[in-house]
Amino acid sequence: MQTSALQAFLGRFRRHRMAVICLYLLVCMVAACLLGPFLSPYSPTTKSGGFSAPPDAQHILGTDKIGRDLFTRLLHATRISLAVGLLATLISTFIGIFLGLVSGYFGGLADRLLMSLTDMVMSFPYILLILVAAAIFEPGFTSMVLILGFVNWPGVARLVRGNVLSLRNTNFIQNDRTAGMKPAYILFREILPNTMAPVLVYATSVFALSILDEAALSYLGMGVQPPSPSLGNLLSGAESLSVLTGKPWMWIPAGSVIILLVVCINFIGDAMRDAMDPRNLA
Amino acid sequence: MLKYFLRKLLLALPVLLGITIIDFLIMNCAGSPLDMMTGPRMTAATKASLAARLGLDRPLWQQYLSWLHEILHGNFGYAYKSNQPVLELIMSHLSPTLLLMGVSLIVGLALAVPLGVYSAVHRYEKQDYALVSLSFLTSSIPGFFLSMLLIYFFTVRLGWLPSGGMVTAGTGGGFLDRLRHLIMPVLVLSIPIAASNMRYIRSSVLEILETDYMRTATVKGIGHRLVIWRHGMRNALLPIVTVIGMQIPGLFGGAVIVEKIFNWPGLGLLTMDAVMTRNYPLIMGICLLSAVVVLLCNLLTDLIYGLVDPTIRY
Repeated sequence: MQTSALQAFLGRFRRHRMAVICLYLLVCMVAACLLGPFLSPYSPTTKSGGFSAPPDAQHILGTDKIGRDLFTRLLHATRISLAVGLLATLISTFIGIFLGLVSGYFGGLADRLLMSLTDMVMSFPYILLILVAAAIFEPGFTSMVLILGFVNWPGVARLVRGNVLSLRNTNFIQNDRTAGMKPAYILFREILPNTMAPVLVYATSVFALSILDEAALSYLGMGVQPPSPSLGNLLSGAESLSVLTGKPWMWIPAGSVIILLVVCINFIGDAMRDAMDPRNLA
Repeated sequence: MLKYFLRKLLLALPVLLGITIIDFLIMNCAGSPLDMMTGPRMTAATKASLAARLGLDRPLWQQYLSWLHEILHGNFGYAYKSNQPVLELIMSHLSPTLLLMGVSLIVGLALAVPLGVYSAVHRYEKQDYALVSLSFLTSSIPGFFLSMLLIYFFTVRLGWLPSGGMVTAGTGGGFLDRLRHLIMPVLVLSIPIAASNMRYIRSSVLEILETDYMRTATVKGIGHRLVIWRHGMRNALLPIVTVIGMQIPGLFGGAVIVEKIFNWPGLGLLTMDAVMTRNYPLIMGICLLSAVVVLLCNLLTDLIYGLVDPTIRY
């Protein structure tokens, strides 16, 4: 995007007051979990207080059932969940962009094969795919990232392919071809920049979905494994009725952080979509 | 129409074959299911005989072909431990899941259509902002967390609804009993459906509102309400048919988690069980069947699209 276009984009983005607030909130949350060790004196994995203690001056969010400080665990959990979401989104976006470019630009057999592969991956109910994969590979951070990354690419691939198909016949790409540019140059220097905007918007929703899926899987015990905290596995202790009824500090904060993160990302994505839509130029 | 349908059906066959291959390969990346079944006390000889009995000692392609053979014979292989035919096991768990998914879809759409239309008609007014924000908020709540909140309020605090199961244990479970058990799982599944579809319907109605024929209808003076419901809705709902078709796999995925939490005795619970105990034939069967269901849903979407849109001719 050129400077003026970028300015116009920012101007239109700023009109979404909710999205701007969400952006600030998200930045604050990211900063908080990056600065985690400086904000709290405790370790997330060692005992530092009484068992299942309610919030007090030392432990502002209380402790969990084996006496670990929950505020510290929450900061680390947010960091891990954000990292899983971000890495998974990067992986699926890269795969999606690459396959979408190839299939849209070259067409023919490659296109047909890739698109039926996309259909197949999309036809699997996606939680099922994740569950099966999580059962097969040793659950943990890396496998979580890989599983979510390899499951979410079909949407991106279709989006990119559609854009490539419509760009392929524009004059400037035809000119490139006539001028004898290499396909790699045309694909990555000419077509890719022109399809980045919608991909970026789509990536925000993949990011939000990945965070939700990580939480669900870790909650079921098939994601990030304790003792490392994640937003999902912090909640898995809350299944028991005594925690649910008598110890709200053990499950309300982690759940609220998930909701806050996902709401913020969704609002930002929505505002980006509006701001990029040329119909909203007014 | 029939020709189109048959051609689509034929095109789905290679995709289906591909799915069986992926399905089989993924499961075999997992390593041998024998590791899960054998304990430390089992000797190598028993292990080998178990492998021979389950056909795990043969080369991979033979195992795949014999699995395909079982599929074509309509039993999808036999589950470990219980030795029941996989298809029979799946079928016996299917109806609770279909009930759950069907009711959730209906409730979700019953909420989404009026709210989406209302929001579009009041575009950029307070009600519209409130509804759209609410829809973002509700689609951002993880299903399991919403379940916990619901159980906390309706079971623990108020004591109105049971926290799990399909009928009260020990009773036959009348209609009302089932309904009470159904409310919370259906809420958890239908709220995200309502939220996302509301936004789709809103934008689709917005587009329709700006068309010339809507203006003509308004000018005819038949009243705002009639214009929207009579002239607008049919066209506005068209794109929604596709969207709903695409949501079916997600709905099934959601059902897995919801069934686990609410102990709903359906396919989702069976799936979780199969995954936990590494019951490979069962997992493969469920994956395959759900893929078939999804493909069928896509096909059905195409057909419904043809029925509601008179401009489409096959």
